[in-house]
Parts: sequence; structure tokens; C-alpha cells
Amino acid sequence: MAVKQISVFLENQPGKLAEFAAVLSAQKINLRAISVAEAADFGIVRIIVDDVFNAVTVLKSENYICSITDVLAVEVQDEAGMLANMIGVLGAEGINIEYMYNILGKISNVAYMIIRTNVDAQAAKILEAKGFKIVDLEAMK
Amino acid sequence: MSRYFQPEIECASREEIRKIQSERLVKQVQNIWDNVPMYRKRMEEKGLTPEDIKSVDDLSKLPFTEKDDLRDQYPYGLLARPLSECVRIQSTSGTTGRRVVAFYTQHDIDLWEECCARAIVAAGGTKEDVCHVSYGYGLFTGGPGLNGGSHKVGCLTLPMSSGNTERQIQFMTDLGSTILCCTPSYAAYLAESIEERGVRDQIKLKAGIFGAEAWTEEMRRGIEEKLGIKAYDIYGLTEISGPGVSFECEEQTGMHVNEDHFIPEIINPITGEVLPDGEKGELVFTSISKEAFPLMRYRTRDICILSRKKCSCGRTHVKMTKPLGRSDDMLIVKGVNVFPSQIETVLMNQGYPANYQIIVDRVNNSDTIEVQVEMTPEMFSDNLSVVSEKEKELVNGLKAMLGIYAKVKLVAPKTIVRSEGKAVRVIDKRNLYQG
Repeated sequence: MAVKQISVFLENQPGKLAEFAAVLSAQKINLRAISVAEAADFGIVRIIVDDVFNAVTVLKSENYICSITDVLAVEVQDEAGMLANMIGVLGAEGINIEYMYNILGKISNVAYMIIRTNVDAQAAKILEAKGFKIVDLEAMK
Repeated sequence: MSRYFQPEIECASREEIRKIQSERLVKQVQNIWDNVPMYRKRMEEKGLTPEDIKSVDDLSKLPFTEKDDLRDQYPYGLLARPLSECVRIQSTSGTTGRRVVAFYTQHDIDLWEECCARAIVAAGGTKEDVCHVSYGYGLFTGGPGLNGGSHKVGCLTLPMSSGNTERQIQFMTDLGSTILCCTPSYAAYLAESIEERGVRDQIKLKAGIFGAEAWTEEMRRGIEEKLGIKAYDIYGLTEISGPGVSFECEEQTGMHVNEDHFIPEIINPITGEVLPDGEKGELVFTSISKEAFPLMRYRTRDICILSRKKCSCGRTHVKMTKPLGRSDDMLIVKGVNVFPSQIETVLMNQGYPANYQIIVDRVNNSDTIEVQVEMTPEMFSDNLSVVSEKEKELVNGLKAMLGIYAKVKLVAPKTIVRSEGKAVRVIDKRNLYQG
């Protein structure tokens, strides 16, 4: 049930993210989610798209370094306290969240979080046991 | 007060100098023939025996010594005396990380220190002076050499070593340092720090002896003005002894080579042919007085010009210009020898591609070095801390290899310019070489 995430290496310089966005735009690739993590001189941009193969092909042809990672998409109710609830479950089990960001869904009252932990399979089991739904891209449409 | 440390040698006539050189060279050639297998083998390959070297005129018959020979013969291969007669080693970096180790007998230390003493006296030093040595001590020859020279002159010697600027300035003001010995970039830094603290009027410096890295005439004038001193250049290399192989006099128009110990030659770096005085080429030294680690025709890779024009100071020894460049790709960063090949070795060991660039600059009078390397799919991860960790590993690896901090910058693929033919590996923004 994992979602495929594309991570891309970018230099931390004015215009680099814009160039990257323009490459995707030129190929009419729509982003479902994006997150930017930065170090002093470089950054990692993580994106979720519908057609992973196409996006990676385009990026590689433009000399971007990218990698594909399985991440979990978790459905949480769009209510105060629900996120704390979900990540509290993981924390209680000693699972570390390496990074997290949200992804747009089209169903009202529901939010989706992309999470990457040190042990995704175990995290998925624990969350499901507590009643959280692990979803795929289709489910969010 | 004498203007010279050893006037009988420093002002000797050309005939006397040639006589000393010839005698010592003949003796030295016998020494290496008897004690250093590499030299014996190379002389035999050229069909030479010690009898073929009768005077300094025969010097060019001898084979060259290259930096790589020192690496290959590490540690004892070039030793010409039993270890029991040696009392010291000093060391410098080699081309691929293996260090070069030079050995000294007490006689060798004495002559090295005498050379430094000549430099200190040429800069106006006497036993009334307080000599503040801020070169690094330890394996680096800067500190030990000037320290010993200062003792020989009879100065009160402050073995400060480098760093801790607060303490440097404190001692300078409290103990009235009159002669400062350090790298020119550190002198410039100290000058600025003194200015910032507003203690210039408490500083009694009159002269500075600055070497171990390239510096420009503008930098000299800047330091002289800021510190109110006369700044003298000094040259040397561990392989030959250390600082004091040559030094400037008050004329400040080149450095007198201590020809009674080190015979200089200028060669065409490609053909090896000896060039006449006044022509620009690679500087080569033969150490004729040293016992433990005598090198024959050692190729320094420094590009210089020799001049025998009469000097107003009265010294008769030949003068060399400051190095005008290098005939190899060695960089001197913060006084430390850095070869691009060392950096490449670290990159390869850690799985990086050969696409890299080294950028050297001078910021606030201090050298900086940055290694830009292209990211590869293998090195990349979705996890920022994994990539940052690899970056840190590379910084640590470079530090271990070079002995100095180099900033690492991971850059996007294909951003480092590929030129046709020879890759431009180094961008030196310092513009240190003139002429």
C-alpha cells in the first residue's frame, strides 16, 4: 500500500527550485505533494506525482539526481488533535519519524500525511491496529 | 652590531664560494655513493662514479631527485647516516598523502639554524632583540628553524607557535617583541587584530620575517604600514632543511641563497637543461653540507629567476626571486602543501566520481579551500541526514589527508565544467604569483 516518493538533489541556490518546477511544468506533471529539506549548500526536494515513471524519466534526462522511496500515506480525520494522536502512537512504540509532510486529498474532513520512519512496515501495522488507514494515491482522489 | 651573522661566508668572493662548493660537493657525492643505494644506482645508470665530479662545474652531470623519490624511499631510503647519529626529524606532506620525512644530525640542525640566524641578522636582529616566533612548531619546519636561528643570534626567543591571537598580542605588548616570524597571512591577520584592539602604540616590532607561502608586494607594503615594520621574505623547504635556504636583506629585491650549503640551479622544467642566470625556470637545489639527508639536484617545482647582480647589502651569495609559480600543481594553503591528487584520493576512497573542483581563496587574509564534488545517484538518499553524514565523512577524510579543514560542497551533476583536454581542477582566486 506504499506510495512512491521521488527525492531530488538540488543545490541550495536562488532559482534552482524554480528551474526544477519548470521542468515538471513543461511536461505537464502535476504535483500531489512537495516538501523541501535544506542543508547549508544543498537541499532535497521530495515529491509525490501520479506517474512516477514519467517524472523520473524526465528528471533524469535533465541530469537531476533522484531516487524513489516507498513512503506511507496515512489518513487522519481533519480535526484538532488527530495528528498528535497518530504520531503519538508511533512515538509510544519507539518508532522514529524521519520526515513527514502532508498531501492533498479531495475528500472533505480527511487529511493525509506522508510519513517516512525507520521501520515503515512495522509502523504501518501498528497504525492499522490503532484504526488508522494506510492509503494509496487512488484512495485520495 | 654586525650586519652579518657570518660575514666571512656571507660576503666571500665568488672564487672562495666556488672553492667551498666544489670541496663540499665532491665530498657529498662520495657520501651518497657510499651510503644511499638509490643515488649509487642512478649514477651508475648514467655511467658516473664519484671521480667524475671534480668541481661544481660537474654538478649538472648528476641525476635529479624528485618529490616522488622521497615518497618512494620513505622512510629510510635516502638516509646517508646511521639512525644513531640522527637527532631529529621534520616532515612535510607528500603528493599522495604519504608524508616526506627528513632526518637531521646535530651538524645538520646547526647549519640549518645558522642559515636562519643569517636571515634574522639580515632583518636587523641582534642579541638585544625579542624574537616572536609564530610559525607552527612540531613537524613543520617553520617554528623549529626560526627558533633555533633566534637562539644562535642570542635574541630572547618567544616560542609562540601559531594561533591564539589574544595571547600573541598580549606577549607582544608585555614582552616587547621586536621581530615577528610567521606566515605573511598570519602577519596580516595579526596586524589587523592589533589595529582593532587599538594597541598599535604598545607594539615595539621593527621587523618581520615572513615565509612558507606566496605573498604579493602589495601584501608586504600593507603589513609594513600597519605594523610599522620592515617585512623580509624567507624561503625554504623541509626536503632541503627548512626555512633559511634563502632570505632577504634590506634591499628587499630577492633572497640570498645560502650557497655554501645549498647550490641552486635553474632548469627548463621540461627538458631538464640548465638555464643561465637571469632566465626563468625551475629551481633545483643540491645540499652539499648536510650529513643525514643530502639531496642531489632536488627539483623544488618552484619557478624562479637567479640573479648575481651585486647587492648593496654586501652579501655575495646569489639571489633568487620569490617563486613566480609552480611547475606542478601543488598549492600552498595556510602554509600547508596541498596536492590535488591527495584530494582526488580521498574522493575515490569514499566513492565519489572524479568530477571535482578545488577553489582556493583568501578571505580576511586567511586562506580558504573548498572542494566541490558532483553528487551521484549512489551517494544520494531521500534522507537529508544520510547525505549530510556523507558530507561530514568527506570533510573528515580531507582533514586527515591534508591536515587542514577544507569545506565540501556537493553540487548537481554536470555542473563542473568539463574542458577538452586537461581538466581545470583548481581555481586559485588569490593571484599570489607576480612577474
